[in-house]
Amino acid sequence: MRTVGKKSKVIGFGTVGILTVTGLVFLFPVYALVLAAFRPGQELMRFGITLKTLIPEGLSAENILGLFTARKGAYGFWLRNSIVIMVLRTGLSVLFSAFVGYGLGMYEFKGRSFFLSLVLFLMVVPIQILILPLYRMIISLRLINTVWGVILPFVVYPFAIFFFRQYAVTLPRAFLDAGRIDGVSEIGIFFRIMMPLMIPAFGAMIILVSLQSWNDFLWPLIVMRTEKMFTIPIGLNSLLTPYGNNYDMLLSGAFVATVPIIIVFLLFQRFFISGLSAGSIKG
Amino acid sequence: MSFQEIVPGQVRFIGGTNYKRLLNPQFFTAVKNSLTYMFWTIVVLIPVPMILAVLLNSIPGKKSYLLRGMLFIPALMSVVVVGTIFRLLFASSDMALVNRFVGLFGGEPQAWLLAGSWKSMFLLVLIATWRWTGINIVYFLSGLQQIPHDLYESAEIDGAGPVQKLFRITIPLLKPTTVFVTAISIFGGLAMFEESYILWSAGSPDNSGLTIVRYIYRRGFEAADMGFGSAVGIALLFLVLLVSFTFLKITGFFKQERV
Repeated sequence: MRTVGKKSKVIGFGTVGILTVTGLVFLFPVYALVLAAFRPGQELMRFGITLKTLIPEGLSAENILGLFTARKGAYGFWLRNSIVIMVLRTGLSVLFSAFVGYGLGMYEFKGRSFFLSLVLFLMVVPIQILILPLYRMIISLRLINTVWGVILPFVVYPFAIFFFRQYAVTLPRAFLDAGRIDGVSEIGIFFRIMMPLMIPAFGAMIILVSLQSWNDFLWPLIVMRTEKMFTIPIGLNSLLTPYGNNYDMLLSGAFVATVPIIIVFLLFQRFFISGLSAGSIKG
Repeated sequence: MSFQEIVPGQVRFIGGTNYKRLLNPQFFTAVKNSLTYMFWTIVVLIPVPMILAVLLNSIPGKKSYLLRGMLFIPALMSVVVVGTIFRLLFASSDMALVNRFVGLFGGEPQAWLLAGSWKSMFLLVLIATWRWTGINIVYFLSGLQQIPHDLYESAEIDGAGPVQKLFRITIPLLKPTTVFVTAISIFGGLAMFEESYILWSAGSPDNSGLTIVRYIYRRGFEAADMGFGSAVGIALLFLVLLVSFTFLKITGFFKQERV
């Protein structure tokens, strides 16, 4: 028995070693970004990331401070737009998906299997192929260059509907009957009894949707027209121009932009894996 | 829309003309690039995260959370940020980090972004690997948590070693997760746009980074040729359906109970 213990310790140590090295390799570009965010950009512009720029020396917070005064405070607008869009899109799409998914999982009704097939089919259709028709719709709704124009196409999110449906199937039906007997309305049953049971599912979807919203690129690029309405990714992208890249603002802006999403992730991460495993991924 | 000619202010039905126009070298380049990209992302992004997840799952508690976090952080970054970091790492100057590294092994410094050919694809796949490994690890970890523990215990009693346990228990029982992750890699791979757009905003050398969605965007928005762009979109939809149904058929997805 002793030798077995020793052996598994050796394996354990090797495992941690391999994972640590891999982790450090994965973190390396982030390290390069953080240093670059605090360094004046001339050198980066001429040579890219070099050995010298990887040594934390001659750093100053000037870039970060300058971020909010450059270009008449454009970065502040981008930050505001990104946050508003993330909160609204995540809130609406997670709530609606939970309603629909719960309904599909909990109730028997005519056409249920048709709706489920529809959701499965929509999961396969890449949103990218819909950008042209969506664009024309958003124009005719006069939502171009508005926050709602960015959010509206994503309020229905088939993957989340399917995910909540898978979750709802596992909920105890006895609670539904018990609630009915006690005279709780169907909506009350959802909010007061079932929703607390679905907290891991909500946590997982909140992380997933807010991540997608925060980093979404293609659709805001199409909808947002004026600098004031850009989201952070679109704003940062606009700093890459044929006439020279504004790396100072780009890199420090990129660094600051990572902070909010890391906060969201830390807040909800304990539900992430458990929520995912209880939900959709059963084939 | 794909049967229409759309110019500002008017729309005209033109039948299948847009589809005939699909038969051009750029469209085929785009399809080829998207398929190649999808192929390589699957080759890398299934086994690597699976092995890392198995390793992560074998170590307990806090250490595991820390390492998980390290591997997941790239997934939190916007593609603009990722693209910029890689642009700077792979800059053309011989001082830039990757060229320094290549130099250590006696290689010539490269203008990575301007070289075209396989180098463009290499950069795109490398970026995908960096961004998506952490997410796929999370999927595999959640799959691993569903494998009952006593299976390993009884295998151990029967004298199975770690390698046997991996191939006899872990990989077969992970199959639903593997199918799921492969499926999302197919969709993601065929729908790739952002990475290419950030690396080559004005167009890539020899169209080496031209993907189908990039082509939709270029024709539909940059050239304001929406009817034709829509036809490309429909072509992409058929490609996605074809590839994913073939894949699901092979893996026997339709035979499984879906609840």
